[in-house]
Amino acid sequence: MTIDWQAFTPWTSLLGGALIGLAAAAFVLLNGRIAGISGIVGGLLTPKKGDTGWRMAFMGGMITAPLLWLLVSSLPVIRIDASYPVLVVAGLVVGISTRFGAGCTSGHGVCGISRLSLRSLIATAAFMLSGFLTVFIIRHLLGGL
Amino acid sequence: MNKHLLTAFIAGLIFGIGLLVSGMANPEKVLGFLDLAGPWDPSLALVMGGAVAVGLIAFNLAGKRQTSLLGDVMRLPTRQDIDKPLVLGSLGFGVGWGLAGFCPGPALVALGAGELKALVFTVAMLSGMAVYELLQRQRPG
Repeated sequence: MTIDWQAFTPWTSLLGGALIGLAAAAFVLLNGRIAGISGIVGGLLTPKKGDTGWRMAFMGGMITAPLLWLLVSSLPVIRIDASYPVLVVAGLVVGISTRFGAGCTSGHGVCGISRLSLRSLIATAAFMLSGFLTVFIIRHLLGGL
Repeated sequence: MNKHLLTAFIAGLIFGIGLLVSGMANPEKVLGFLDLAGPWDPSLALVMGGAVAVGLIAFNLAGKRQTSLLGDVMRLPTRQDIDKPLVLGSLGFGVGWGLAGFCPGPALVALGAGELKALVFTVAMLSGMAVYELLQRQRPG
């Protein structure tokens, strides 16, 4: 294994991570809820009275973040190499499986591990493992998609 | 504006800023972490570390409370069973994550940044979630 020292951003990643933790902290302490994005989004598809507004507000905040950023500085690079067909398949798979698995990187990876939940620890290990394997297969066995 | 909606919006905003600062709104960087056999970018591990360091304190405090600071019921997960949907669903999520480098949060942030590809991913993700709901409805009981 070789570390990509040019790409590695320890300090901004640590700081950004702490901000994500702060957001999850504020949300659970103020609203009593888990900041799990797949759950927040997925819950919109079975709308219940009084259960939609906060989901829209949270998602609205996330979508507004780059706009707020633009008031201060230019946006960091967002590079999406995947082709449109791959993005469609990836989106479908992420949508179905995060609902079956009851969470994604935020709900299980950040909030669940912070709660010391064994379920979330196993879920995180599982999606990390299959994520590593998928990228290995695509990049090193298939030579890219 | 209702204060519960305002705090939800601000939490989402800080979450999104955190994703931008950390570099995780950029799928290329996420894939740099998932590619262990290539030149490896360990940044994502530090994002998780930073988030969990803050989260541990917050969720410890949250676990001791009956109601939130705004007076809501605490809606913390209670399930502890390790079942098949959890494991298979998570394994499946990793496959989708590795395909494009997007998970749900960064997709929303990249969407806000005006990336058409993030919009396509998000619409597909919503469709996948709708498929899940349809499958749930067909299950007896």
